[in-house]
Amino acid sequence: MTAKVGVVLFPGSNCEQDVVEAIRSLGGEAEVLWHGDAHLQAVDAVVLPGGFAHGDYLRPGAIARFSPIMGAVAEFAREGGPVVGICNGFQVLTEAGLVPGALQKNRGLKFLCRMAEVRVETTNSVLTRGADAGAVLRIPINHFEGNYTCDERTLARLRDEDRIVFTYVDNPNGSMADIAGVCNEGRNVVGLMPHPERACNELLGSADGAVLLRSLVDATIAVTR
Amino acid sequence: MTAVATRFAVLVEVQLRPGIADPQGATIERALPALGFVGVHDVRVGKAMRFEVEAADEASARRLVEDMCERFLTNPVIEEASVSVTQVAGVAS
Repeated sequence: MTAKVGVVLFPGSNCEQDVVEAIRSLGGEAEVLWHGDAHLQAVDAVVLPGGFAHGDYLRPGAIARFSPIMGAVAEFAREGGPVVGICNGFQVLTEAGLVPGALQKNRGLKFLCRMAEVRVETTNSVLTRGADAGAVLRIPINHFEGNYTCDERTLARLRDEDRIVFTYVDNPNGSMADIAGVCNEGRNVVGLMPHPERACNELLGSADGAVLLRSLVDATIAVTR
Repeated sequence: MTAVATRFAVLVEVQLRPGIADPQGATIERALPALGFVGVHDVRVGKAMRFEVEAADEASARRLVEDMCERFLTNPVIEEASVSVTQVAGVAS
């Protein structure tokens, strides 16, 4: 059975087709879901893609969190369904409270658009199951608000529970503890700033992101069975 | 029967919580001396939102706005808000 990944299109999203293309190139099925629908169309996993949902007005993710589809996404996540938020999608997940913390402006006040080296800190998540622990992946970043912040207690908890999924080798944005991605308690919801969908083909300069999205497709198949 | 509501002018000032790095404030602070403004410290950049609300009295207007701040206007992980509420003179709705 082929896993079907739903990629949510908010007004202002701009990476949804890249995710669809990457998932298909890895043998999964993918379709775009409209943020205004209150139901997920029988998908087996959900990706919140990058971009500027609702113009990033107020704060990135602050309005997207109230899009009709987010109720269904939260319910799907509660039931253990795989949900991945990439870049702006990570910001939406934090605003929705599906992963802890917040993403504030980069320390250097620059919009960062470049390749980053990202270390896999745990293989215990829907996005990293097929990766090697400690592996360093070359995956592009493309954000202004990627500076991960949380309180000390949350950080201690993330560490104790092995929920820091990715760190930067060379911290580009001031993120606390070099964090590039985290997961929820159930490990089925992962948010990350780097864009694995832009690193799924050598023609794009790196194919290191493929192992992550393949993990998602495989996790999805496992859930479907 | 309709409850009598009064209109209140609201000012919400959103700031980063103390201890949260404010790169915009730091950049402004570093730039000011170039224009000859010396002795400026602790620059913090936030945002201000002004609007009017209808409520029975000032206390309930304030409660309403604080609830908005908690659930929407601020991200409590990194931001906090100060709220001021003043009755709009001569307007009853």
